[in-house]
Amino acid sequence: MATIATHEPTGLHDNLAHTPDGHHHKETFLTKYVFSQDHKMIAKQFLITGMVMGIIGMGLSLLFRIQLAYPDQTFPFLEALLGRFAEGGRISPSFYLALVTIHGTIMVFFLLTAGLSGTFANLLIPLQIGARDMASPFMNMLSFWFFFVACLVMLGSFFIEAGPASSGWTVYPPLSALPQAIPGSGLGMTFWLISIFLFIISQVLGGINYISTVLNMRTQGMTMTKMPLTTWALFLTAVLGLLSFPVLVSAVVLLIFDRSFGTSFYLSDIFIGGQALPNTGGSPILYQHLFWFLGHPEVYIVIMPTFGIVSEVLSVNARKPIFGYRAMIMSMMAIAGLSFIVWAHHMFVSGMNPFLGGVFMITTLIIAVPSAVKAFNYIATLWRGNINFTPQMLFAIGMVSFFISGGLTGIWVGNAALDINLHDTYFVIAHFHLVMGSAAVFGMFAGIYHWFPKMYGRLMSKRSGYLHFWLTFVAAYLVFFPMHFLGLDGVPRRYYEFTAFGMFEEWIEVNKLITIAAIVGGAAQLIFIYNFFRSIFWGERATQNPWKSNTLEWTTPVERLHGNWPGDIPHVHRWPYDYSKPGAEDDFIPQTVPYSETISSNVPYDFGFHGDAEGFTHEFYKGNKEERTPAKD
Amino acid sequence: MSAVTNAEKVKAGSAWGGGRSPFSIEYGKLMMWIFLLSDAFTFSGLLAAYGSIRFSNSDNWPDPDVVFQSAPFIPSGAPLVFVGIMTFILIMSSVTMVLAVEAGHRGSRKEVTKWLLWTVFGGLLFLSCQAYEWAHLHHEGYWWGRIPTEHNVNFSNLFFTITGFHGFHVTTGVVINIVVLINVLKGTYERRGHYLMVEKVGLYWHFVDLVWVFVFTFFYLV
Repeated sequence: MATIATHEPTGLHDNLAHTPDGHHHKETFLTKYVFSQDHKMIAKQFLITGMVMGIIGMGLSLLFRIQLAYPDQTFPFLEALLGRFAEGGRISPSFYLALVTIHGTIMVFFLLTAGLSGTFANLLIPLQIGARDMASPFMNMLSFWFFFVACLVMLGSFFIEAGPASSGWTVYPPLSALPQAIPGSGLGMTFWLISIFLFIISQVLGGINYISTVLNMRTQGMTMTKMPLTTWALFLTAVLGLLSFPVLVSAVVLLIFDRSFGTSFYLSDIFIGGQALPNTGGSPILYQHLFWFLGHPEVYIVIMPTFGIVSEVLSVNARKPIFGYRAMIMSMMAIAGLSFIVWAHHMFVSGMNPFLGGVFMITTLIIAVPSAVKAFNYIATLWRGNINFTPQMLFAIGMVSFFISGGLTGIWVGNAALDINLHDTYFVIAHFHLVMGSAAVFGMFAGIYHWFPKMYGRLMSKRSGYLHFWLTFVAAYLVFFPMHFLGLDGVPRRYYEFTAFGMFEEWIEVNKLITIAAIVGGAAQLIFIYNFFRSIFWGERATQNPWKSNTLEWTTPVERLHGNWPGDIPHVHRWPYDYSKPGAEDDFIPQTVPYSETISSNVPYDFGFHGDAEGFTHEFYKGNKEERTPAKD
Repeated sequence: MSAVTNAEKVKAGSAWGGGRSPFSIEYGKLMMWIFLLSDAFTFSGLLAAYGSIRFSNSDNWPDPDVVFQSAPFIPSGAPLVFVGIMTFILIMSSVTMVLAVEAGHRGSRKEVTKWLLWTVFGGLLFLSCQAYEWAHLHHEGYWWGRIPTEHNVNFSNLFFTITGFHGFHVTTGVVINIVVLINVLKGTYERRGHYLMVEKVGLYWHFVDLVWVFVFTFFYLV
C-alpha cells in the first residue's frame, strides 16, 4: 500500500486527453493550428513567429547600415518605404535611434529568447525526456499567445505618429523616463514597456512549464544524468529566465511610475529645455542595476539553448560521444550560476565605485573558465570523428567558431580598465554580435536543419543549406570582424553619421564594406526562407531516424501524433551518446536499447563499475536479471 | 499491494504512464513553487530599489513613527497600532488558510468552505484597512510625487508603489480564493477526489503573507 501512496501524485494528472486511449476531443482547424495545446505545434508557432520577427529585425539593421555607409546620399526607396521617417530619402536622426533600439529589442528578446528557447524547449523537452506533452499544455498555449501579442504591440509602435522607442534596447532613464525627452520617449516607449511586460508574462508561463516538465515528467530510466545535453541546456535556460525576468518586472514597474505618475525613482536634478524638473532623490544607476540583473543572465538565456543544440548536433554528426558529458553539465551550471553575479560589468563607466568594478571584473573573468571547457570539449568531440558535413553540422561548427572568436574579446571588455576605452564603441558591438548574436543564430539554424524532420516529417534541401551556410558565415565575419578595428579607434556606437566627425571619416570605406556584406548576408537568409517553406510542402520525405540519433525523439513516428508515442512511452536504459561504441553492431545505440541486447559492446563503466573486469563479470551476471525484465514489452 | 500489480497499474496507462516524479509532488504544486520563487525575485528587486534609494537619501528620510502614527479612536496617535492590527488580520487569514488545507486533506467540504470563507474575509478586511490607510495618508498630503514635509518625495513614491504592488497580490489572491471557493461549493474537487487546488492557492496566500512581513519591516519598523 505504501508504494501506491507515493505513486499517487503523478496519477493525479488531470489531462487525460493526451493519453492515446483518452483521445476523445475532435480537432478543428482552430484547435489544431491556432489555439493548439500540442507542444510540437506550439514549437512551430514560436519558430515561425520568431523567424518573422528575425527577418524584420534584420531588415531594420540593413536600413541603418545604409545610413552608416552612405550618410550623404539619398535613397528615394527609403522615403517610399518609411514615409515621414525618411523624408527626402534619408533616414531621420530620431528614426535612426528608433531603428537601432527596435533592432536590438527584437533580436535579443523576440528572436533569440522566445524564438529560440520557445521553439526548441517546446519541441524537444517532452520528446527527449519521454513525456506525452508539457506539464500544463494550456499554460504553454497562453505563453505563445502572450508572446504573439507582445510582438504585435512592439511592431505596432512603428505606426504611431512619433515613432517607436528610441533610447536603445536597454531603455536607460532619464531618456526613457521623460516623455518629453526625444520623440521616441513618448507613446513609442509606452508601447515598448507594454510589449516587454507581456513578453515577461509569456516567459514566466513558459519557464514554469519547462522546469516542471523536466523535473517531474521524465520517463522511466531517464535520470538527470541520462538526459541529452539539449534538455539540460533548455532546462537551465528556463531557470535563468524564471529568476531574472521578474527583476525586469520591478525595473519596468518603477519606470512606468516615473513616466506616468510623477515619481522620481530614477530621476534627480534634471534640466530639460532650460527648465528644472522637480524630481530629486532618484538615481538612473538604480535602473541600470535592476536592468542588468536581468540583462546579463539574458545573454546566457540567448546562448545556452544553442550550447545544447550544438552538443547534440556535433556528437551525432561526428559519430562520437560528446567529449566530457558531465563536464558539459557542470560548465553550464557554472555559467548559469555565475551569470547572476557579473551584471555590473556593463556599468564600469556608469560612475560605480571602482572597488565594486574590480569585484565584478573577477567574477566576469571566471566565466571564461567554464566557457573554455565547453569550447575545448566541442573541439575534442570533433577530433578524429567520422564527420558528416551536413548543413546542421556546418552551422554547429560555425557556432563554435563564433563563440570562440567573440568570446576572446569578452576577456578584453570584461576588464574594468580596458573597458574605459572600449565601452560603447564598435568593439563591444563586434564582441556581442559574434558571441551571442551570430553564435546563437548559427546554433538556431543548426537546430532547425537538424530537427526539421521532427517538425514537418520532411528533410530540408542540403544543397541550399550549404549555400546558405557559406554565404552567411562569410558575411557574418565580414560584417562583425572589421568592427573591432573601428572600436579600437574609438568609434562610438549609436552615432547617426560619422562624416560629421573628422576623426571618424577615414572609416567610411570600412562601413561601406560592412554594409555590403550585411546586404549579402541578408540575401542569404532568403535562400533559407525559401528552403524552409518549400521543404514543408515538397521536401524529401524523412525516415523515422534520418540522422541515426540515439535520443528519444527519433523513436516517435514520422507522423507526429498528439501524445507523441502511439503505444507505451519507451523506457530508457543508457546515456544518449553511445556513438561508434567498440564492439557494437551499428555505430549508434539508441537510449531505448537495454544493455542485455548489447553484450558485445558493454564495458564495465556502463554499469558504474570501476574495478577489475573479472569482478565486474561476476557482478553483472549476478544482477542482470533486473536489467532484462522491463525491456521487453 | 505487491510490486507486480503496481507495475501493471502503471503500464495500464494511469495518466501519463511515464516514470514517477522525483519529488513525489503533483505537477501543479511544483509549478506554484517555481512561480513563487520567481515572484520572490520581483519583490526582492523592488525592495532592493527601496534600500538603495533610502540609503542614498538617509539624511532626508521621514521617521515612520511620525508618518504612520495615527490610529482610529486614538487622537493622540499611536505608532504601529493600526499596522499591527493589519498584520494580525493577514496572519490570521493565513491560519484559516492552513485550516482549510487541513480540512481538504480530510475531504470535508463543509469545513473547507468555512475556513476559505474566513480567509476571503480576512483578505478583504486587510485590503479595507489598506484602503483606509491610503485614504488617510492621501488626505494628509502623501501621494505619488507628493509629500507634505520637507523630506525626500521618494518616501511616498516607494510606499505607495510597493504596498500597492503587494495589495495587488492580495487582491488577486482574494479573487483566486473566491474562484476556488465557488469550485468547492460546486463540488468540483469532491468529484476530483482531492482538494489539491486549495493547497496550491494556500501556497500563494502564505507567500503574499510572507512578503508583507518584509514590507512591514522595511516601511514601518526600521
